[in-house]
Amino acid sequence: MDYRWNWSVFLHQAADNQTYADWLLSGLSVTLALGLSAWCLALALGTVLGIMRTLPNRWLRGAAATYVELFRNVPLLVQVFIWYFAMPEVLPFGIGEDIKSMSPLAQQFTTAMLCLGFFTAARVCEQVRSGIGALPQGQKNAGLAIGFTLAQTYRYVLLPMSFRIILPPLTSEFLNIFKNSAVASTIGLLELAAQGRQLVDYTAQPYEAFIAVTLTYMLINITVMTLMRRLEGRVALPGFGGGK
Amino acid sequence: MSYQFDFNSITPAAIQVLGHGMAISLQITATAIAFGIVWGTLLAMMRLSSSKPLQWFASGYVNLFRSIPLVMVLLWFFLIVPQLLQKVFHLSASNDLRMISALVAFSLFEAAYYSEIIRAGVKSVARGQLAAAFALGLTYTQTMRLIILPQAFRNMVPLLLTQGIILFQDTSLVYVSALADFFGRAYSIGERDGRIIELLFFAGAVYFAICFSVSLCVKRFQKKAAA
Repeated sequence: MDYRWNWSVFLHQAADNQTYADWLLSGLSVTLALGLSAWCLALALGTVLGIMRTLPNRWLRGAAATYVELFRNVPLLVQVFIWYFAMPEVLPFGIGEDIKSMSPLAQQFTTAMLCLGFFTAARVCEQVRSGIGALPQGQKNAGLAIGFTLAQTYRYVLLPMSFRIILPPLTSEFLNIFKNSAVASTIGLLELAAQGRQLVDYTAQPYEAFIAVTLTYMLINITVMTLMRRLEGRVALPGFGGGK
Repeated sequence: MSYQFDFNSITPAAIQVLGHGMAISLQITATAIAFGIVWGTLLAMMRLSSSKPLQWFASGYVNLFRSIPLVMVLLWFFLIVPQLLQKVFHLSASNDLRMISALVAFSLFEAAYYSEIIRAGVKSVARGQLAAAFALGLTYTQTMRLIILPQAFRNMVPLLLTQGIILFQDTSLVYVSALADFFGRAYSIGERDGRIIELLFFAGAVYFAICFSVSLCVKRFQKKAAA
Protein backbone atom coordinates (compact mmCIF):
# COMPACT_ATOMS: atom_id res chain seq x y z
CA MET A 1 0.00 0.00 0.00
CA ASP A 2 1.29 3.41 -0.86
CA TYR A 3 0.31 5.09 2.39
CA ARG A 4 2.52 7.97 3.47
CA TRP A 5 3.22 7.74 7.18
CA ASN A 6 3.67 11.01 8.95
CA TRP A 7 3.92 10.81 12.71
CA SER A 8 4.88 14.45 13.10
CA VAL A 9 1.28 15.31 12.25
CA PHE A 10 0.48 15.41 15.96
CA LEU A 11 2.74 18.40 16.40
CA HIS A 12 1.07 20.40 13.65
CA GLN A 13 -0.96 23.45 14.50
CA ALA A 14 -4.65 22.49 14.73
CA ALA A 15 -6.30 25.67 15.98
CA ASP A 16 -5.09 28.72 17.87
CA ASN A 17 -2.17 27.65 20.06
CA GLN A 18 -3.27 24.03 19.87
CA THR A 19 -1.61 21.06 18.25
CA TYR A 20 -3.41 17.89 17.25
CA ALA A 21 -1.76 16.20 20.23
CA ASP A 22 -3.61 18.70 22.43
CA TRP A 23 -6.86 17.54 20.87
CA LEU A 24 -6.05 13.96 21.83
CA LEU A 25 -5.16 15.03 25.35
CA SER A 26 -8.40 16.93 25.75
CA GLY A 27 -10.25 13.86 24.45
CA LEU A 28 -8.43 11.72 27.00
CA SER A 29 -9.36 14.06 29.84
CA VAL A 30 -13.04 14.02 28.80
CA THR A 31 -12.98 10.21 28.64
CA LEU A 32 -11.36 9.97 32.08
CA ALA A 33 -13.70 12.54 33.65
CA LEU A 34 -16.73 10.86 32.11
CA GLY A 35 -15.65 7.37 33.16
CA LEU A 36 -14.79 8.36 36.73
CA SER A 37 -17.92 10.42 37.39
CA ALA A 38 -20.17 7.78 35.84
CA TRP A 39 -18.41 5.13 37.93
CA CYS A 40 -19.17 7.00 41.18
CA LEU A 41 -22.85 7.14 40.23
CA ALA A 42 -22.85 3.47 39.15
CA LEU A 43 -21.15 2.29 42.32
CA ALA A 44 -23.48 4.22 44.64
CA LEU A 45 -26.69 3.33 42.82
CA GLY A 46 -25.58 -0.22 42.07
CA THR A 47 -24.79 -0.88 45.74
CA VAL A 48 -28.21 0.37 46.84
CA LEU A 49 -29.91 -1.77 44.17
CA GLY A 50 -27.77 -4.79 45.02
CA ILE A 51 -28.73 -4.50 48.69
CA MET A 52 -32.38 -4.15 47.69
CA ARG A 53 -32.17 -7.41 45.78
CA THR A 54 -31.16 -9.28 48.94
CA LEU A 55 -33.67 -7.70 51.35
CA PRO A 56 -36.60 -9.64 52.82
CA ASN A 57 -39.12 -7.16 51.35
CA ARG A 58 -40.60 -8.61 48.15
CA TRP A 59 -41.48 -5.23 46.62
CA LEU A 60 -38.00 -3.80 47.00
CA ARG A 61 -36.50 -6.98 45.53
CA GLY A 62 -38.90 -6.80 42.59
CA ALA A 63 -38.19 -3.12 41.93
CA ALA A 64 -34.43 -3.71 41.81
CA ALA A 65 -34.86 -6.77 39.58
CA THR A 66 -37.02 -4.77 37.18
CA TYR A 67 -34.39 -2.04 37.04
CA VAL A 68 -31.69 -4.56 36.17
CA GLU A 69 -33.70 -6.22 33.41
CA LEU A 70 -34.69 -2.86 31.93
CA PHE A 71 -31.17 -1.48 31.74
CA ARG A 72 -29.53 -4.75 30.69
CA ASN A 73 -31.84 -5.52 27.78
CA VAL A 74 -31.73 -2.23 25.91
CA PRO A 75 -28.59 -1.43 23.87
CA LEU A 76 -26.33 1.22 25.35
CA LEU A 77 -26.53 3.25 22.12
CA VAL A 78 -30.34 3.42 22.38
CA GLN A 79 -30.02 4.43 26.04
CA VAL A 80 -27.56 7.21 25.19
CA PHE A 81 -29.92 8.58 22.54
CA ILE A 82 -32.91 8.37 24.89
CA TRP A 83 -31.02 10.26 27.59
CA TYR A 84 -29.83 12.88 25.13
CA PHE A 85 -32.92 13.45 22.98
CA ALA A 86 -35.88 12.26 25.03
CA MET A 87 -35.05 12.88 28.70
CA PRO A 88 -34.84 16.69 28.48
CA GLU A 89 -38.35 16.63 27.00
CA VAL A 90 -40.03 14.18 29.35
CA LEU A 91 -38.28 14.68 32.72
CA PRO A 92 -40.65 16.42 35.16
CA PHE A 93 -40.13 19.23 37.73
CA GLY A 94 -38.13 21.45 35.38
CA ILE A 95 -35.14 19.07 35.40
CA GLY A 96 -35.52 18.69 31.66
CA GLU A 97 -35.58 22.47 31.25
CA ASP A 98 -32.42 22.75 33.36
CA ILE A 99 -30.63 20.25 31.13
CA LYS A 100 -31.78 22.05 27.99
CA SER A 101 -30.51 25.39 29.24
CA MET A 102 -26.94 24.06 29.66
CA SER A 103 -24.17 24.68 27.17
CA PRO A 104 -23.94 21.96 24.48
CA LEU A 105 -20.81 20.45 26.02
CA ALA A 106 -22.29 20.37 29.53
CA GLN A 107 -25.49 18.90 28.15
CA GLN A 108 -23.64 16.13 26.30
CA PHE A 109 -21.41 15.38 29.25
CA THR A 110 -24.26 15.32 31.79
CA THR A 111 -26.50 13.07 29.74
CA ALA A 112 -23.62 10.72 28.84
CA MET A 113 -22.59 10.57 32.51
CA LEU A 114 -26.13 9.79 33.70
CA CYS A 115 -26.58 7.22 30.95
CA LEU A 116 -23.32 5.37 31.64
CA GLY A 117 -23.90 5.57 35.38
CA PHE A 118 -27.43 4.16 35.27
CA PHE A 119 -26.39 1.53 32.70
CA THR A 120 -23.43 0.30 34.73
CA ALA A 121 -25.40 0.43 38.00
CA ALA A 122 -27.43 -2.53 36.73
CA ARG A 123 -24.22 -4.52 36.34
CA VAL A 124 -22.78 -3.40 39.67
CA CYS A 125 -26.09 -4.37 41.29
CA GLU A 126 -25.75 -7.95 40.06
CA GLN A 127 -22.18 -8.16 41.35
CA VAL A 128 -23.14 -6.79 44.78
CA ARG A 129 -26.04 -9.22 44.97
CA SER A 130 -23.85 -12.19 44.09
CA GLY A 131 -21.22 -11.02 46.58
CA ILE A 132 -23.77 -10.89 49.40
CA GLY A 133 -25.18 -14.22 48.20
CA ALA A 134 -21.72 -15.80 48.33
CA LEU A 135 -21.48 -15.22 52.09
CA PRO A 136 -22.62 -18.02 54.37
CA GLN A 137 -26.09 -17.40 55.82
CA GLY A 138 -24.47 -17.61 59.25
CA GLN A 139 -22.79 -14.23 58.76
CA LYS A 140 -26.14 -12.45 58.66
CA ASN A 141 -27.56 -14.53 61.50
CA ALA A 142 -24.52 -13.87 63.64
CA GLY A 143 -24.80 -10.14 63.01
CA LEU A 144 -28.45 -10.13 64.03
CA ALA A 145 -27.77 -12.42 67.01
CA ILE A 146 -25.28 -10.03 68.59
CA GLY A 147 -27.94 -7.33 68.48
CA PHE A 148 -27.19 -5.46 65.26
CA THR A 149 -30.19 -4.10 63.38
CA LEU A 150 -30.54 -5.27 59.77
CA ALA A 151 -29.00 -1.99 58.56
CA GLN A 152 -26.05 -2.40 60.93
CA THR A 153 -25.56 -6.00 59.82
CA TYR A 154 -25.26 -4.82 56.23
CA ARG A 155 -23.04 -1.88 57.15
CA TYR A 156 -20.59 -3.70 59.43
CA VAL A 157 -20.73 -7.37 58.36
CA LEU A 158 -22.18 -8.14 54.94
CA LEU A 159 -21.02 -5.23 52.78
CA PRO A 160 -17.38 -5.09 53.93
CA MET A 161 -17.11 -8.83 53.33
CA SER A 162 -18.86 -8.90 49.96
CA PHE A 163 -17.01 -5.92 48.49
CA ARG A 164 -13.73 -7.67 49.15
CA ILE A 165 -15.05 -10.75 47.34
CA ILE A 166 -16.42 -8.93 44.30
CA LEU A 167 -13.48 -6.61 43.70
CA PRO A 168 -12.19 -8.56 40.64
CA PRO A 169 -15.51 -8.47 38.73
CA LEU A 170 -15.96 -4.83 39.75
CA THR A 171 -12.56 -4.12 38.20
CA SER A 172 -13.76 -5.41 34.86
CA GLU A 173 -16.91 -3.27 35.11
CA PHE A 174 -14.67 -0.31 35.88
CA LEU A 175 -12.67 -1.07 32.72
CA ASN A 176 -15.90 -1.46 30.76
CA ILE A 177 -17.10 1.98 31.73
CA PHE A 178 -14.11 3.60 29.97
CA LYS A 179 -14.66 1.45 26.90
CA ASN A 180 -18.39 2.14 26.90
CA SER A 181 -17.75 5.87 27.20
CA ALA A 182 -16.75 5.79 23.52
CA VAL A 183 -20.45 5.42 22.73
CA ALA A 184 -20.88 9.03 23.92
CA SER A 185 -19.10 10.11 20.71
CA THR A 186 -22.38 9.38 18.90
CA ILE A 187 -24.12 12.30 20.62
CA GLY A 188 -21.26 14.59 19.69
CA LEU A 189 -19.28 14.58 22.92
CA LEU A 190 -15.62 15.14 21.99
CA GLU A 191 -14.08 12.34 24.01
CA LEU A 192 -11.15 10.22 22.90
CA ALA A 193 -12.80 8.25 20.06
CA ALA A 194 -14.52 11.36 18.70
CA GLN A 195 -11.24 13.31 18.74
CA GLY A 196 -9.71 10.43 16.79
CA ARG A 197 -12.37 10.72 14.10
CA GLN A 198 -12.00 14.47 14.03
CA LEU A 199 -8.25 14.05 13.57
CA VAL A 200 -8.89 11.80 10.57
CA ASP A 201 -11.07 14.47 8.99
CA TYR A 202 -8.62 17.30 9.65
CA THR A 203 -5.27 15.62 8.96
CA ALA A 204 -6.11 12.92 6.40
CA GLN A 205 -3.70 10.66 8.34
CA PRO A 206 -6.22 8.05 9.54
CA TYR A 207 -3.74 5.38 10.60
CA GLU A 208 -1.66 7.60 12.86
CA ALA A 209 -4.78 9.05 14.47
CA PHE A 210 -6.44 5.68 15.10
CA ILE A 211 -3.23 4.05 16.32
CA ALA A 212 -2.71 6.89 18.79
CA VAL A 213 -6.28 6.61 20.08
CA THR A 214 -6.12 2.81 20.29
CA LEU A 215 -2.86 2.94 22.24
CA THR A 216 -4.37 5.51 24.61
CA TYR A 217 -7.30 3.21 25.35
CA MET A 218 -4.87 0.36 25.99
CA LEU A 219 -2.90 2.62 28.30
CA ILE A 220 -6.05 3.43 30.32
CA ASN A 221 -6.76 -0.29 30.47
CA ILE A 222 -3.29 -1.26 31.68
CA THR A 223 -3.16 1.56 34.24
CA VAL A 224 -6.52 0.69 35.77
CA MET A 225 -5.69 -3.01 35.77
CA THR A 226 -2.34 -2.50 37.49
CA LEU A 227 -3.84 -0.27 40.18
CA MET A 228 -6.76 -2.59 40.81
CA ARG A 229 -4.57 -5.73 40.96
CA ARG A 230 -2.54 -4.03 43.67
CA LEU A 231 -5.71 -3.15 45.56
CA GLU A 232 -7.10 -6.66 45.08
CA GLY A 233 -3.91 -8.17 46.46
CA ARG A 234 -4.19 -5.98 49.54
CA VAL A 235 -7.82 -6.60 50.40
CA ALA A 236 -8.33 -10.20 49.14
CA LEU A 237 -10.30 -12.23 51.64
CA PRO A 238 -8.61 -15.43 52.85
CA GLY A 239 -10.60 -18.50 51.85
CA PHE A 240 -12.74 -16.79 49.20
CA GLY A 241 -11.87 -17.09 45.49
CA GLY A 242 -8.82 -14.90 44.93
CA GLY A 243 -7.78 -14.89 48.60
CA LYS A 244 -5.13 -17.21 50.00
CA MET B 1 -44.54 16.99 31.34
CA SER B 2 -45.46 19.08 28.36
CA TYR B 3 -44.33 16.69 25.65
CA GLN B 4 -47.11 15.22 23.52
CA PHE B 5 -46.33 11.73 22.30
CA ASP B 6 -47.44 10.90 18.79
CA PHE B 7 -46.74 7.40 17.55
CA ASN B 8 -48.40 7.93 14.15
CA SER B 9 -45.01 7.70 12.40
CA ILE B 10 -44.97 3.99 13.03
CA THR B 11 -47.11 3.02 10.04
CA PRO B 12 -47.24 -0.40 8.35
CA ALA B 13 -44.81 0.93 5.73
CA ALA B 14 -42.44 2.06 8.46
CA ILE B 15 -42.70 -1.33 10.15
CA GLN B 16 -41.67 -2.95 6.87
CA VAL B 17 -38.60 -0.69 6.59
CA LEU B 18 -37.74 -1.45 10.19
CA GLY B 19 -38.15 -5.17 9.49
CA HIS B 20 -35.52 -5.00 6.76
CA GLY B 21 -33.25 -3.23 9.24
CA MET B 22 -33.87 -5.94 11.81
CA ALA B 23 -32.88 -8.53 9.20
CA ILE B 24 -29.51 -6.79 8.86
CA SER B 25 -29.04 -6.67 12.64
CA LEU B 26 -29.85 -10.37 12.93
CA GLN B 27 -27.59 -11.25 9.99
CA ILE B 28 -24.64 -9.53 11.66
CA THR B 29 -25.48 -11.22 14.97
CA ALA B 30 -25.75 -14.71 13.45
CA THR B 31 -22.55 -14.38 11.41
CA ALA B 32 -20.58 -13.04 14.34
CA ILE B 33 -21.86 -15.78 16.68
CA ALA B 34 -21.00 -18.56 14.20
CA PHE B 35 -17.62 -17.20 13.19
CA GLY B 36 -16.86 -15.96 16.71
CA ILE B 37 -17.40 -19.40 18.23
CA VAL B 38 -15.26 -21.16 15.60
CA TRP B 39 -12.39 -18.66 15.73
CA GLY B 40 -12.85 -18.31 19.49
CA THR B 41 -12.48 -22.07 19.93
CA LEU B 42 -9.27 -22.03 17.89
CA LEU B 43 -7.94 -19.13 19.96
CA ALA B 44 -8.82 -20.93 23.18
CA MET B 45 -7.03 -24.07 21.92
CA MET B 46 -3.97 -21.99 21.10
CA ARG B 47 -3.99 -20.44 24.54
CA LEU B 48 -4.21 -23.83 26.20
CA SER B 49 -1.64 -25.45 23.89
CA SER B 50 1.94 -26.10 24.93
CA SER B 51 3.43 -23.98 22.13
CA LYS B 52 4.65 -20.65 23.49
CA PRO B 53 4.29 -18.64 20.23
CA LEU B 54 0.69 -19.82 19.82
CA GLN B 55 -0.05 -18.90 23.45
CA TRP B 56 1.44 -15.45 22.95
CA PHE B 57 -0.44 -14.85 19.74
CA ALA B 58 -3.78 -15.90 21.22
CA SER B 59 -3.40 -13.97 24.47
CA GLY B 60 -2.14 -10.91 22.58
CA TYR B 61 -5.13 -11.08 20.26
CA VAL B 62 -7.64 -11.50 23.07
CA ASN B 63 -6.14 -8.79 25.24
CA LEU B 64 -5.92 -6.35 22.35
CA PHE B 65 -9.57 -6.72 21.37
CA ARG B 66 -10.75 -6.70 24.95
CA SER B 67 -8.95 -3.52 25.85
CA ILE B 68 -10.32 -1.25 23.13
CA PRO B 69 -13.92 -0.05 22.74
CA LEU B 70 -16.09 -1.72 20.11
CA VAL B 71 -16.73 1.70 18.58
CA MET B 72 -13.00 2.03 17.94
CA VAL B 73 -12.79 -1.49 16.44
CA LEU B 74 -15.67 -0.67 14.10
CA LEU B 75 -14.04 2.59 13.01
CA TRP B 76 -10.81 0.70 12.29
CA PHE B 77 -12.52 -1.88 10.16
CA PHE B 78 -14.63 0.62 8.25
CA LEU B 79 -11.36 2.32 7.41
CA ILE B 80 -9.21 -0.68 6.58
CA VAL B 81 -11.42 -3.42 5.14
CA PRO B 82 -12.80 -1.43 2.17
CA GLN B 83 -9.31 -0.26 1.19
CA LEU B 84 -7.92 -3.76 1.47
CA LEU B 85 -10.71 -5.38 -0.52
CA GLN B 86 -10.52 -2.71 -3.21
CA LYS B 87 -6.78 -3.31 -3.54
CA VAL B 88 -7.07 -7.09 -3.66
CA PHE B 89 -10.12 -7.42 -5.91
CA HIS B 90 -9.65 -4.18 -7.85
CA LEU B 91 -13.13 -3.00 -6.93
CA SER B 92 -14.17 0.53 -7.67
CA ALA B 93 -14.45 2.86 -4.70
CA SER B 94 -18.19 3.15 -5.22
CA ASN B 95 -18.93 -0.39 -3.97
CA ASP B 96 -20.64 -0.36 -0.60
CA LEU B 97 -18.46 -2.53 1.60
CA ARG B 98 -19.84 -1.38 4.95
CA MET B 99 -21.81 -4.56 5.50
CA ILE B 100 -18.76 -6.76 4.89
CA SER B 101 -16.67 -4.52 7.11
CA ALA B 102 -19.27 -4.81 9.86
CA LEU B 103 -19.39 -8.60 9.55
CA VAL B 104 -15.60 -8.90 9.72
CA ALA B 105 -15.31 -6.45 12.61
CA PHE B 106 -17.98 -8.10 14.76
CA SER B 107 -16.71 -11.61 14.02
CA LEU B 108 -13.11 -10.83 14.96
CA PHE B 109 -14.15 -8.75 17.98
CA GLU B 110 -16.59 -11.31 19.38
CA ALA B 111 -14.10 -14.15 18.87
CA ALA B 112 -11.95 -12.58 21.61
CA TYR B 113 -14.86 -12.68 24.06
CA TYR B 114 -15.99 -16.15 23.00
CA SER B 115 -12.46 -17.49 23.36
CA GLU B 116 -12.42 -16.44 27.03
CA ILE B 117 -15.76 -18.18 27.66
CA ILE B 118 -14.58 -21.33 25.87
CA ARG B 119 -11.24 -21.37 27.67
CA ALA B 120 -13.03 -21.22 31.02
CA GLY B 121 -15.39 -23.96 29.81
CA VAL B 122 -12.52 -26.25 28.84
CA LYS B 123 -10.82 -25.66 32.17
CA SER B 124 -14.06 -26.52 33.99
CA VAL B 125 -13.97 -30.09 32.63
CA ALA B 126 -12.53 -32.38 35.29
CA ARG B 127 -8.80 -33.15 34.89
CA GLY B 128 -9.51 -36.86 35.17
CA GLN B 129 -11.25 -36.76 31.78
CA LEU B 130 -8.00 -35.75 30.10
CA ALA B 131 -6.02 -38.44 31.91
CA ALA B 132 -8.64 -41.08 31.13
CA ALA B 133 -8.63 -40.18 27.43
CA PHE B 134 -4.84 -40.39 27.29
CA ALA B 135 -4.92 -43.70 29.13
CA LEU B 136 -7.27 -45.01 26.42
CA GLY B 137 -4.62 -44.11 23.87
CA LEU B 138 -6.35 -41.11 22.27
CA THR B 139 -4.13 -38.38 20.85
CA TYR B 140 -4.33 -34.80 22.15
CA THR B 141 -6.46 -33.70 19.17
CA GLN B 142 -8.82 -36.64 19.58
CA THR B 143 -9.10 -35.99 23.31
CA MET B 144 -10.04 -32.36 22.73
CA ARG B 145 -12.47 -33.09 19.89
CA LEU B 146 -14.19 -36.17 21.29
CA ILE B 147 -13.95 -35.82 25.06
CA ILE B 148 -13.21 -32.34 26.37
CA LEU B 149 -14.88 -29.92 23.94
CA PRO B 150 -18.29 -31.69 23.79
CA GLN B 151 -18.54 -31.57 27.58
CA ALA B 152 -17.21 -28.03 27.75
CA PHE B 153 -19.70 -26.76 25.18
CA ARG B 154 -22.61 -28.34 27.01
CA ASN B 155 -21.63 -26.41 30.15
CA MET B 156 -21.09 -23.23 28.19
CA VAL B 157 -24.37 -22.97 26.27
CA PRO B 158 -25.98 -20.44 28.65
CA LEU B 159 -22.90 -18.19 28.65
CA LEU B 160 -22.53 -18.40 24.87
CA LEU B 161 -26.19 -17.42 24.43
CA THR B 162 -25.91 -14.57 26.94
CA GLN B 163 -22.91 -13.29 25.02
CA GLY B 164 -25.09 -13.57 21.89
CA ILE B 165 -27.68 -11.27 23.48
CA ILE B 166 -24.97 -8.72 24.30
CA LEU B 167 -23.69 -9.02 20.73
CA PHE B 168 -27.17 -8.44 19.32
CA GLN B 169 -27.43 -5.23 21.36
CA ASP B 170 -23.96 -4.15 20.25
CA THR B 171 -24.84 -4.47 16.56
CA SER B 172 -26.69 -1.17 16.98
CA LEU B 173 -23.24 0.45 17.06
CA VAL B 174 -22.93 0.06 13.28
CA TYR B 175 -24.65 3.44 13.55
CA VAL B 176 -21.12 4.93 13.45
CA SER B 177 -20.87 3.87 9.80
CA ALA B 178 -24.44 4.89 8.95
CA LEU B 179 -25.21 1.29 7.95
CA ALA B 180 -29.01 1.01 8.02
CA ASP B 181 -29.65 -1.66 10.66
CA PHE B 182 -32.78 -1.71 12.82
CA PHE B 183 -31.69 1.16 15.03
CA GLY B 184 -30.31 3.24 12.15
CA ARG B 185 -33.62 2.97 10.30
CA ALA B 186 -35.69 3.77 13.38
CA TYR B 187 -33.58 6.86 13.95
CA SER B 188 -33.87 8.08 10.37
CA ILE B 189 -37.65 7.60 10.35
CA GLY B 190 -37.80 9.63 13.55
CA GLU B 191 -35.62 12.31 12.04
CA ARG B 192 -37.73 12.47 8.87
CA ASP B 193 -40.98 12.92 10.80
CA GLY B 194 -39.58 15.02 13.62
CA ARG B 195 -40.54 12.19 15.99
CA ILE B 196 -37.14 11.00 17.18
CA ILE B 197 -38.31 10.55 20.78
CA GLU B 198 -41.16 8.20 19.87
CA LEU B 199 -38.97 6.15 17.53
CA LEU B 200 -36.23 5.88 20.16
CA PHE B 201 -38.67 4.55 22.74
CA PHE B 202 -40.13 2.21 20.15
CA ALA B 203 -36.68 0.87 19.17
CA GLY B 204 -35.77 0.46 22.84
CA ALA B 205 -39.00 -1.46 23.48
CA VAL B 206 -38.35 -3.82 20.55
CA TYR B 207 -34.77 -4.51 21.67
CA PHE B 208 -36.03 -5.06 25.21
CA ALA B 209 -38.75 -7.49 24.11
CA ILE B 210 -36.31 -9.58 22.07
CA CYS B 211 -33.42 -9.62 24.55
CA PHE B 212 -35.64 -10.17 27.58
CA SER B 213 -37.48 -13.11 26.05
CA VAL B 214 -34.26 -14.75 24.85
CA SER B 215 -32.71 -14.32 28.29
CA LEU B 216 -35.80 -15.89 29.88
CA CYS B 217 -35.32 -18.89 27.56
CA VAL B 218 -31.66 -19.10 28.57
CA LYS B 219 -32.65 -19.08 32.24
CA ARG B 220 -35.22 -21.81 31.71
CA PHE B 221 -32.69 -23.88 29.77
CA GLN B 222 -30.16 -23.38 32.56
CA LYS B 223 -32.64 -24.64 35.18
CA LYS B 224 -33.49 -27.67 33.07
CA ALA B 225 -29.83 -28.49 32.51
CA ALA B 226 -29.07 -28.18 36.22
CA ALA B 227 -32.00 -30.41 37.24
